[in-house]
Amino acid sequence: MSLERSDVEKIAHLARLAVSEDELDAVTSDLSNILHLVAQMDAADTAGVEPMAHPLHMAQRLRPDEVSETDQREKFQAIAPLTEDGLYLVPRVIE
Amino acid sequence: MQWETVIGLEIHAQLATRSKIFSGASTAFGAAPNSQACNIDLGMPGVLPVLNQEAVRMAVTFGVAINAEIAPRSVFARKNYFYPDLPKGYQISQFELPIVGKGVVEIELDDGTLKPVGVTRAHLEEDAGKSLHEDFHGMTGVDLNRAGTPLLEIVSEPDMRSAREAVAYAKKIHQIVQYLGICDGNMQEGSFRCDANVSVRPQGGPLGTRAELKNLNSFRFLERAINIEVERQIDLIEAGGTVVQETRLYDADRDETRSMRSKEEANDYRYFPDPDLLPVELDGGLIESVRAAMPELPDARRHRFERDYALSPYDASVLTASKGLADYFEQATKVAGDAKLAANWVMGELSGALNKAGMSLDASPVSAQALGGMLLRIVDNTISGKIAKQVFEAMWAGEGSADQIIDARGLKQITDSGAIEAVVDEVLEANPEQVSNYRKADEKKRPKMLGFFVGQVMKQSKGKANPQQVNELLLKKL
Repeated sequence: MSLERSDVEKIAHLARLAVSEDELDAVTSDLSNILHLVAQMDAADTAGVEPMAHPLHMAQRLRPDEVSETDQREKFQAIAPLTEDGLYLVPRVIE
Repeated sequence: MQWETVIGLEIHAQLATRSKIFSGASTAFGAAPNSQACNIDLGMPGVLPVLNQEAVRMAVTFGVAINAEIAPRSVFARKNYFYPDLPKGYQISQFELPIVGKGVVEIELDDGTLKPVGVTRAHLEEDAGKSLHEDFHGMTGVDLNRAGTPLLEIVSEPDMRSAREAVAYAKKIHQIVQYLGICDGNMQEGSFRCDANVSVRPQGGPLGTRAELKNLNSFRFLERAINIEVERQIDLIEAGGTVVQETRLYDADRDETRSMRSKEEANDYRYFPDPDLLPVELDGGLIESVRAAMPELPDARRHRFERDYALSPYDASVLTASKGLADYFEQATKVAGDAKLAANWVMGELSGALNKAGMSLDASPVSAQALGGMLLRIVDNTISGKIAKQVFEAMWAGEGSADQIIDARGLKQITDSGAIEAVVDEVLEANPEQVSNYRKADEKKRPKMLGFFVGQVMKQSKGKANPQQVNELLLKKL
């Protein structure tokens, strides 16, 4: 499976990555190579192998339902570009 | 052409945990903006989510309640999209392996028949924050207190064929999660949110293209939005157009649905297993303990009310509509010892007063114990049902307990037959004409005429004479 330039443009847009015109061919070829590698691995016989969602053979540990975090808004907002009345301000988004 | 409506619902129920699904920040509603958004909720670099065991237990509880398959192993996935109220750039959700699989709930249709509605799945995920578009110098304000609140997304099969059925199903799920104590069900605060997938097709034909309706924050809006969307789709198709798959927002003020996102990539979420979270493995022990601790569910309670309290199916269904109301009724009945009387008062005076004041039951100034205490005074003949209404009003106004009010206002029923007899005599003396008319009247007309004397006696005694005794005495003397 190979990617088209348009596929890469679309993926880049979805990921909000700026890929310039000059880079596009190289990125398309690199990503296609990764897919070729996956296709190669796909050819391996995996009948009877349970699919994994995670490389570790472990299960998720659970946490008791307790409030352990205190309000640290001031610290967090000290590094935010813009805040007002405790809110983070961002460029206007309206659907 | 005969059109058929096909509806499936996605319900987001906020789980009533104390802390968030992946962090130890509080989930309490109404806190100062961003005071409950910790570094995990904010998506700070280097933080790791740790799953809240109570959220898992609540999801399993729901699954067991609707007889669904519970996945022994479920996986969290990242749903990728960009929006300012989602700081990480992805929502942790479940995709291929949700914690709750296929289940079923039964809804009652308008004609009383039961219809099963399939639940496709229910999965755990985190809520996003809130964007405030009011004027911040042309910018948007973001409050991330809600970010990371646990949600159970309950997805139905497209089994509903009308807005009424969709509402019945949504109410059923609403009732179940509240009975289970896993969600407070508050639609105004957004603890229980419905999205509806709506399509139309020629009767029995293949499925049509669906539109997803959002912003349905009451059952009334849910019904209304579906009906106008169905109308819109039918008009569109009959005019030669085609329905496009899109998200539409219901605008209650304008009473219309309108397109919300049309960008074709909007639904390209590129799910993949979240490498920060290991698969969740449930041991049989948890499922067994959930099963053992399962509270009485709405249908079972309704049947018990009919059986144990001899209530009509209608009364039983009204009283079990919410767990709070059912609990209230049972507590009042326990004190008063008369279920039918308690049922009438809870559904009548109490519900009426709450409606009038626009209050929810938990804000009622008259507690179940207090109402039960007043009903007990009707049962033991201290007051009549009519006087009780006065007492109830005074209790509602905060004048104290029924006994205090009866005492303070001197409302105790007169059961001393000597005292009642004196009033009866007085009334008969004052109305000689009516008395002679009564005596001359036909047997059949007499009961109606008796009402006049009863009324006069009750008036004279300010409603305090025992009506039964008044009747008996009047009949004797006339």
